[in-house]
Amino acid sequence: MSSATAPNEPAVAGLPVPVNCKTVGRVTVDNALLSARGVNVFYSGKQAIQEVSIDISRNEVLAMIGPSGCGKSTFLRCLNRMNDTIEGARVTGSIVLDGQDIYDKRQDVVQLRARVGMVFQKPNPFPKSIYENVAYGPRIHGLAADRVELDEIVHTSLQRAGLWDEVKDRLNNPGTSLSGGQQQRLCIARTIAVNPEVILMDEPCSALDPIATARIEDLIDELRASYAIAIVTHSMQQAARVSQRTAYFHLGDLIEVGETDRIFTNPRHKLTEDYITGRFG
Amino acid sequence: MNRSVAETRERVEKSLKRRRWAELRFKTYGLCAVLLGLSFVVLLFGSLIAQGWSAFRQAYVVIEVHYDPAVLNPEGTATADDLAVADYAALVRTSLKTRFPDVEGRAATKQLAALVSNSAAQTMQKRLAEDPKRMGQRETLRVLASDKVDQLLKGRIDRTVPEADRAVSDQQLAWIDALVKDGSLSLAFNKGFFTQGDSREPEQAGVWGAVVGTLYTLAMTLALSFPIAVAAAIYLEEFARRNRWTDLIEVNINNLAAVPSIVFGLLGLAVFLNIFGMPRSAPLVGGLVLTLLTLPTIIIASRAALKAVPPSIREAALGMGASKVQMVTHHVLPLAMPGILTGTIIGMARALGETAPLLMIGMVAFIVDVPKGLTDPATVLPVQIFLWADSPERAFIERTSAAILVLLLFLVVMNATAVILRNRFERRW
Amino acid sequence: MSTSALLLVLAALATFAYWSGKQRSLKLVGGGRGIRRLHSLPSYYGLLTALWCGLPALLIMGLWLMLQDTVITALVKSHLPAALSHQNAGQMGLLFNDIKNIVLGNIPADGARAEVRAAALDYQRLRGIASLSLTGLVLAAAVAGLALVRARIHPELRARNAVEKIVEFLLLGSSMLAIFVTLGIVLSVLYESLRFFNAVSVQEFLLGLTWSPQTALRADQVGSSGAFGAVPLFLGTVMISGIAMVVAVPVGLFSAIYLAEYANRGFRAWVKPVLEILAGIPTVVYGFFAALTVGPLLRQFGEHIGLHVASESALAAGLVMGIMIIPFISSLADDMITAVPQSLRDGAYALGATRSETIRNVVLRAALPGIVGGVLLAISRAIGETMIVVMAAGLAANLTGNPLEAVTTVTVQIVTLLTGDQEFDSPKTLAAFALGLVLFLVTLVLNVVALQVVRKYREQYE
Repeated sequence: MSSATAPNEPAVAGLPVPVNCKTVGRVTVDNALLSARGVNVFYSGKQAIQEVSIDISRNEVLAMIGPSGCGKSTFLRCLNRMNDTIEGARVTGSIVLDGQDIYDKRQDVVQLRARVGMVFQKPNPFPKSIYENVAYGPRIHGLAADRVELDEIVHTSLQRAGLWDEVKDRLNNPGTSLSGGQQQRLCIARTIAVNPEVILMDEPCSALDPIATARIEDLIDELRASYAIAIVTHSMQQAARVSQRTAYFHLGDLIEVGETDRIFTNPRHKLTEDYITGRFG
Repeated sequence: MNRSVAETRERVEKSLKRRRWAELRFKTYGLCAVLLGLSFVVLLFGSLIAQGWSAFRQAYVVIEVHYDPAVLNPEGTATADDLAVADYAALVRTSLKTRFPDVEGRAATKQLAALVSNSAAQTMQKRLAEDPKRMGQRETLRVLASDKVDQLLKGRIDRTVPEADRAVSDQQLAWIDALVKDGSLSLAFNKGFFTQGDSREPEQAGVWGAVVGTLYTLAMTLALSFPIAVAAAIYLEEFARRNRWTDLIEVNINNLAAVPSIVFGLLGLAVFLNIFGMPRSAPLVGGLVLTLLTLPTIIIASRAALKAVPPSIREAALGMGASKVQMVTHHVLPLAMPGILTGTIIGMARALGETAPLLMIGMVAFIVDVPKGLTDPATVLPVQIFLWADSPERAFIERTSAAILVLLLFLVVMNATAVILRNRFERRW
Repeated sequence: MSTSALLLVLAALATFAYWSGKQRSLKLVGGGRGIRRLHSLPSYYGLLTALWCGLPALLIMGLWLMLQDTVITALVKSHLPAALSHQNAGQMGLLFNDIKNIVLGNIPADGARAEVRAAALDYQRLRGIASLSLTGLVLAAAVAGLALVRARIHPELRARNAVEKIVEFLLLGSSMLAIFVTLGIVLSVLYESLRFFNAVSVQEFLLGLTWSPQTALRADQVGSSGAFGAVPLFLGTVMISGIAMVVAVPVGLFSAIYLAEYANRGFRAWVKPVLEILAGIPTVVYGFFAALTVGPLLRQFGEHIGLHVASESALAAGLVMGIMIIPFISSLADDMITAVPQSLRDGAYALGATRSETIRNVVLRAALPGIVGGVLLAISRAIGETMIVVMAAGLAANLTGNPLEAVTTVTVQIVTLLTGDQEFDSPKTLAAFALGLVLFLVTLVLNVVALQVVRKYREQYE
């Protein structure tokens, strides 16, 4: 860990990285949208994440990889405060979205989640029609003035999720009637219907077959044009395929961050190298 | 999306105030519902305790009586049978008149005599029968005051009400005050409430008869429902193959658990009383009806307990060469027993509180004697409560509440046993 | 021999049979060392003998005792002189009460008429014969069973399998009891109802608007016919159940929501059991509460604001019934709400839904079938609830939609018609069975539908 380069990097839009950050590689980016600094997570007193600092930037996919139980999902859930729903979870450190600390007392968690959307491991459409699934977010947030506007949002969201052609004739069927891959794309459509700035994806393909996975990966690549995306995956191939930057977690520590190409070709940390070369994980 | 991020944020922000308000309102509804539920519990128990607590104390009056042979045995030829029906009430009246010598006239004497329960005469008769040597002697006896005196002392009769509307006359008030003043009239622990059967006179009415009737009925219920329910649960859970037949049985059991209890009463009336000619008002029939009523509850609980035993135990037993019956009796059943017992106690608690079906089979009769067997006419606590609640006398209200407190005590003990049993012995696999 | 003495003797015989069967099996193989040569453990040979000794005898005894009284009564009836036997059923019932009371010594025999006394003697004689023959039959069956099995014991006899067959048969029999109970309910209630519908037509019963079941003592009395139009009863039942649901559903549902979704663990751990106390309180207690606390309270309040509230109003009964049902709804709703998977909640939260939005739009929507099933079960309970309405709702069969007036319900009428002495063939008592039939059928439909809905819902999330 001799290469403590991070603190010396010029932080253009970002925040200073704490000096005790041991992560290898550059954790900051130039136009950071979401910056985590010195984040710790405790579950009922047991520490799950230690001192994680990292930036997420616009128009980029950040992949988080690591062996199971390394804390990558836990960290992801911090970014839109989904950990709030778990009793006994406590988060310290700061996570700043566009200059505002999301753990600040004044931060409305509802507003936050409208800006930072999330797609889950298992597709979880609501027990409503396909249309209602997508329209739900705009409805609760008051994004559409009338039915025409709402129809428009549903249409574009489904289209951008690549689902429109498959479901346009059966928008009133229940969301659960779709196949697994379609359900996951429905969940993505549901998320982008709110027009978020960041999309978090927690192993979005782990419950899907290879063909459905490929479609979702293509979709992620397209979505990158409009959103900042952070994706947790246990598949290194997937990380290599969809992401521009990769972060490697190990036992609650963020070990190394860097350009995806570099991480997979030239890992600097021993643990990263071991994982990438398949020695464990 | 053709809308800018900034525009979206603005719209979300605009919706926030309304939504926070809605959130608060919703949460408040929930809290109000919980508090409302809690306040019902408090109100229910509060009113029961406030009304029933005083029944555990009872007004007693100390009188000096004379077993006057001139009244009891004027000709000197009375046999024991004659003595049993002699005019003891006259002696009680005389005793009271000695205490208040200035009372004159029939009406006044009658009013004076009304201060003391008519059980005073019975007490005298019993004491003389116990020891005939008391004839001619005097003794100081502590006897029950009448229900009106009792209610007055407990403050349930308002002295400020005009005399015409009051159950106790001005003259009686004066006597009562005099008796209280010299210490011969006071409230004491109401032993009779726990040791006597029912009575038309509130001050003499007790719950013991109903408690014994309840015990007989529940014993009958337990003796039948426990073995049958466990056997049924074992069959359905361990032996039955899933087919239409067992589906039918299962639907039946689930449905019976939700059939109104009064329908079981109709069944008992039509089948046990009219077809089989069993005795009315008997704990035997009550027990049979309650058995049918509790069976589904216990079967469902027992099945859940059996289901909770992991299949690995069964496989281990079968793997050792045990037969299926041996597997069940040696391994599965003992492991499931705590759960089964818990379910049984809960079923019995339900049976303890049942009233409606017992009304159908005549356990609603007025029964003074404490039952001595399964076929004696009897009543049970809830029915006793129902009967007393219907009685017009003011003093029965507090007796009813007190009887309810006794019933609830039984229920609390049973449920606490069930909880302890569950926490102590139930295994989590 | 008395029944209990006979049972004791039977138990002793069975114990002896166990010992004897066990000894015999041991003796056949030459004692403890030879056990290996036996197909089953010696205790199974004992059990088999004991079961064959006890079970048939018990069965005979049970059947005999069930039918004894009916048969003897019929026999005595056939021996009665013509003057007595040509009476109607009501008088016959009274006569038999007298006869039985004479036999039991409750009323002195010398006060009765000579024919009645003769009948009593006849009754007593028949009972003596019955008792003797029962004793003989039972003991003979027991001994025969014992001897038969004991003689057949040999080392190859599969005693364990035979015992287990019997045990399995007993288990099956126990589980079939549920079906017999349902059949018993249906047949007994249906039979009496059909007798009722011989006197009163089904249409009149189901659609008639007047209910006054008092049949006259004398034929020329005013209103002697009695009216059996049950519509006021049905309406009263519906009104009281409706009021109960209006109280119980919102309170129960909202407290379930609060406890499941908002309350912290400590609060929940205290409040839930306290609310569940309401479920354990006997209904007669609620009835007392309704009649003596809530009823007068409502009346006073009504006077206060210038409304006339009957002292036995539908409102009081309904309110208290609602309180009784609160825990039923809340615990069922709690089950259904906690069964909704967390992933659905997460999905809504991640979109930025507030907690209440998540609950209303996602959780409740997912739990809806289950909750509807629970409410149906609760309605079935409210309809069948008896004590609260008997004590607080009154007897007047008013055809009214005003909840402040007294109404009566199906269950109240069943209780009133059937408590006290009754003759078994007057339309008045039979009407109670017709009402019982309606009650049973309506609750049956509700229960079956509700249980089906709830089961489907549970399977969906398992």
